[in-house]
Amino acid sequence: MMIEITGVTKYYGQFEVLKNCTTHVDKGEVVVVCGPSGSGKSTLIKCVNALEPFQKGSIRVDGIEVSDPATDLPDLRSRVGMVFQNFELFPHLSIEANIMLAQRIVLGRTEDAARRQTIELLDRVGLADHATKFPAQLSGGQQQRVAIARALAMNPLAMLFDEPTSALDPEMISEVLDVMTGLAREGMTMMIVTHEMGFARSVATRMIFIDRGEIVEDRPTEDFFSHQQNPRTAAFLGKILHH
Amino acid sequence: MSFWRWSGFFDYLTNPFILGGVATTIWLTCVALICGLVLGFFIALMRRSGMAAARGMAWFYIWLFRGTPLLVQPIVIYTALPQLGIRFSVVQAALIGLALNEAAYLSEIIRAGIEAVPEGQTRAARALGMTERQIMRYIVMPQAFKVIIPPLGNSVNGLLKTTSVTSVISMEELLRRTQVLIQEQFMVLELFAVAAIYYLLLTTLWDFIQRRIERRFGHSSSSVALTEKR
Ligand SMILES: Nc1ncnc2c1ncn2[C@@H]1O[C@H](COP(=O)(O)OP(=O)(O)OP(=O)(O)O)[C@@H](O)[C@H]1O
Ligand SMILES: [Mg+2]
Repeated sequence: MMIEITGVTKYYGQFEVLKNCTTHVDKGEVVVVCGPSGSGKSTLIKCVNALEPFQKGSIRVDGIEVSDPATDLPDLRSRVGMVFQNFELFPHLSIEANIMLAQRIVLGRTEDAARRQTIELLDRVGLADHATKFPAQLSGGQQQRVAIARALAMNPLAMLFDEPTSALDPEMISEVLDVMTGLAREGMTMMIVTHEMGFARSVATRMIFIDRGEIVEDRPTEDFFSHQQNPRTAAFLGKILHH
Repeated sequence: MSFWRWSGFFDYLTNPFILGGVATTIWLTCVALICGLVLGFFIALMRRSGMAAARGMAWFYIWLFRGTPLLVQPIVIYTALPQLGIRFSVVQAALIGLALNEAAYLSEIIRAGIEAVPEGQTRAARALGMTERQIMRYIVMPQAFKVIIPPLGNSVNGLLKTTSVTSVISMEELLRRTQVLIQEQFMVLELFAVAAIYYLLLTTLWDFIQRRIERRFGHSSSSVALTEKR
C-alpha cells in the first residue's frame, strides 16, 4: 500500500478539521477526493506529506510513518510529488530552473542529468519551447503543467493534487487534465482533490467524499456514481453535476 | 576677517586631513552596513522563530536600540562599559555602536522582506523536499531581496550621515575632522560647506549605485506581484 491513512484526527485549535479519517491509496491507484468547501480536503492531502501535522492516528507513505519524529521529512517529501491550486512556481527562476532546482539540491543530481530530465518532462507536458521563459510569461494552464513537470522530475512514488484546475480559466482546464489522464494511464499512484467529475469518472479507481472532516463515502468509482449510500453525498453530487 | 574666503574654501576642499575623514566615513559606513546586515538577518530570523525566548530577545534588542537616542549608544559603549571592565578603542566603540544600531533597523526591513514572500512558496519548496535552510537560501531570500532593496538603500543613505554621531567619542570621521579644523582656524562657514559638499557627494553617489542595483534586481518584480495577487 502506497498511502495508508488510519484514524487521522486533526484540530485547528478547538476546531476538529479531520475526524477519524481512514483510507488508503494502493500502488497504481487513482483516488479522487471531493466534498464541499471547507470540508477538509486540502487539510487531509497536506497531512499526507506532513505539510500539516495531525494529533491522532497514523499516515504511512511507502511504509514510513509520517508523524514519527524520527522520520526524515524532507527525504519523504522528495518522494511524493505535490501540485497546488495556485501552481506556486518560483517567480524568480526560469521554467527550466524551476524544474532543475530540487533535482540539484535535494537529489544531488548533476547539472547534466537534471537538465536531461527537465527537457524530457517539458516535452512531455508540451512546453519544450518555453524552458528559458519565466513563470509570469506563461498562461495559468501552462504554469500548472510546469508545476506538474517540476513534481514529476523528482521521480515520485505518488502524486498529490489539490484542486489543480480550480484557478484556471475554463479553456485551460482540459490541457492540465489531459496531462493528468496520461499519468493515470501510465500507472502513476495519485490522490487528487478535484471537482471535475467527468475527469474523475474516467480516471479514478476510487472516489472519496468528505463532509465536515469525515470520510462519508469511499467506494469504487462506478459504484460511487451509480448509487450513493449517504444522502449528503447524493445532495453534493446533485449540486455539482447539474452545474 | 572677511565673511567668506574662497581660498580657504578651496584649500579645505582638497585638504588631505579632510579627505582622510571622508575615507573614514566611507569605510565606517561599509563595515557597519555589513555587520548590521549579518546581525540584522539573524535578529529577523529570531523574531520569526518558533521559540518564544528567541522572539523575546529579538524584540527586546530592537526595542532597546530603536528606542534610545543614537547619540547615546556610542557614548555608553565607549565611556560606560569600561566601568564594567569592558574596554574598547574609539574605532571599536564607533563600529560596534553603528553596527548594533543599524542591525536593529535592518532586521525589521529584512523581516518585512521575508514576510512579503507568499506562504505558498515555502510550502511548495517544502513539498519538493527542500530543507528549511535551502528554502531560505534558494526561494525566500532571492524574492525577499527585491522588497528589501529600496528601504535598505534608504538606510545606507542615512547611515552615511549617521556615522557623524561617532564624532562624540572623537572618532576621526569627516564631521570630527571638520570640527577639529574649525577650532584651529575659525573658518566655520567654509569648513562646514566643505563637509556638507562631501556628504552630498557621498549620498548622491550612493543614490546612483542604488538605482543601478534596483534596475538589476527589480526587472522581474512584476512576476512577484503576480504571485501575490490571487
Ligand atoms: N491554518 C488554519 N487555521 C485554522 N483553520 C483552518 C486553517 N486552514 C484551514 N482551516 C479550516 O479548516 C477547514 C478545512 O479547510 P480545508 O482547506 O482543508 O478545506 P477544503 O475542503 O480544502 O476547502 P476548499 O474546497 O475551500 O479548498 C475549513 O473550515 C477552514 O476554515
Ligand atoms: Mg482546499
